[in-house]
Amino acid sequence: MTTRFTINGRAVSVDADEDSALLWAIRDDIGLTGTKFGCGIGMCGACTVHVGGRATRSCITPLAAVEGADITTIEGLDPAGAHPVQKAWRALQVPQCGYCQPGQIMQVAAMLKDFPAPTDADIDAVMAGSLCRCMTYVRIRAAIKEAAAAMTKGTAKAKGAAA
Amino acid sequence: MLKRILIGIAAVLAVGLVGFGIFAWRSAIAPIQPPPASAFAPELVARGEILASAGYCATCHTAKGGQAYAGGYPMETPFGTIYSTNITPDPETGIGAWPEAAFRRAMHEGVARDGSHLFPAFPFDHFTKLSDADISALYAFFMTRKPVVAPARDNGVPFPLNIRALQAGWKLLFFKPGRFQPQAAKSAEWNRGAYLAEGLSHCGACHTPRNMLGAERRPLVYAGALIDNWVAPPLNAGNPSPVPWDRDELIAYLQSGVSHYHGTAVGPMAPVVRGLQRLPGSDINALAVYFSDRDGIEQRQGIAAPAVQQALATSSVGSGLTYDPAARLYTAACASCHYNGADAVNPLRPELALNSAVSLGDPTNLIQVILHGVGADDGVPGVVMPAFSRFSDADIARIAAYLRATRTRKGPWLDLERKVAQVRAHGPGQE
Repeated sequence: MTTRFTINGRAVSVDADEDSALLWAIRDDIGLTGTKFGCGIGMCGACTVHVGGRATRSCITPLAAVEGADITTIEGLDPAGAHPVQKAWRALQVPQCGYCQPGQIMQVAAMLKDFPAPTDADIDAVMAGSLCRCMTYVRIRAAIKEAAAAMTKGTAKAKGAAA
Repeated sequence: MLKRILIGIAAVLAVGLVGFGIFAWRSAIAPIQPPPASAFAPELVARGEILASAGYCATCHTAKGGQAYAGGYPMETPFGTIYSTNITPDPETGIGAWPEAAFRRAMHEGVARDGSHLFPAFPFDHFTKLSDADISALYAFFMTRKPVVAPARDNGVPFPLNIRALQAGWKLLFFKPGRFQPQAAKSAEWNRGAYLAEGLSHCGACHTPRNMLGAERRPLVYAGALIDNWVAPPLNAGNPSPVPWDRDELIAYLQSGVSHYHGTAVGPMAPVVRGLQRLPGSDINALAVYFSDRDGIEQRQGIAAPAVQQALATSSVGSGLTYDPAARLYTAACASCHYNGADAVNPLRPELALNSAVSLGDPTNLIQVILHGVGADDGVPGVVMPAFSRFSDADIARIAAYLRATRTRKGPWLDLERKVAQVRAHGPGQE
């Protein structure tokens, strides 16, 4: 069956079993391989994309569920790869092997919309589903706070400019 | 002597049978040539379209992947599978040959044009309350649809329950025909809500438990019931959600499918919200007035705020360093989306301590949503919850038990793992 949705602003249609995972449509049919396969059961966060702006584990999201939805992957987070989270990630040299990082970044970008100034408790709860086997957690936490600060400053600046 | 008694009994039976036959008999109404679409005023058709939407006619009268209103949708009942019929204006297989009087009789009395009794899977026990004007609008809408040739499918109702004349007995026992009677003591808004809820939108059809013969049990109106492998929660003061359903919460839920504290409309409730969305805001408000009264909101003031505080206090339970396997499962699988900070509940992060599914006495809805997720069409529009169907029955049971224990003050659900297996085997229900 055909599933239609938007990915990184582009309308696409995918012919595949409606029960198959969104992740495979993104990687194999659409060819965007930045989104990674980790555990395949929604327990590690490597496959995280945005559906309707919310962080979503694509490995357990059936295609049928995203009919008409608006999806963003790591490739579409920012056209120049310069989202404040990506900038903080580069500034702090967060990745080690890098495999989980697209999922980590997508999860953080979504989290900062709900928690613009996340506490350590917020980070513990929201990021617990995003595993890093290289144990870069300390740098991830620092980068989240840096990105949050940059975004808050950016918002304040924009507000100031508007005023 | 014995012979006389037997003859006597036979005579009584025969008279009884003939009497029942006369009682059950309904005349056929003469067929008509389908009127042209131009015979109906466009305003009437437009009003009928909104009413058909708010009565979810398409939900039951359309088979999965089939043409709208052409019927063939299977309804599983304790008496066998009943297939909905074609209500497009095809003269042979639909209602094209039905004059308005026949359509009105079907809606008000549950009798088809040919005089046969309809099964109460068709909620004529609710539609009997509809005004003639609304019936006319619905008739105009259906008679101007594209005719589809779709013969009725044979029902899977076994003998003798399939004898339609017996439905007259069912009606005698359980069916109260008659238009909606407003209650003078209540406001106009309340009465409008009651008209919609009890008539057109037939809320009780799912939310009121039924007796062994499939009739709604009036003393238990809106007490909640199991339907299509989902729980239709109580809509009265017996609703166990920690925050009572007040007007604002009902309006948000019925209008957008997203409530602030109770969760989102999923499963069989998703098409209900999509149907109600066509109603004007004043009608949604009227439904909210009616149901907040049913819910006893006046007597339950003041319990919402402490419940929200209590929920926020538990929102971070389980995250951080822990060796409890249930907590770790919950944190890895659920917390990234469902955790709320200490300050406020974000409706886009449904707070599980307040969510209806976690508070209900039956874990079915929670298991359904964990197993099958929520599609972009349902719940929050454009947003999905993934389907955790690859978790084992034991792990899903562990998460459900953990939420119940840490997020509510209610007793544990029993036999959870078997329940998960059952819900999994049954599937996500009708679509």
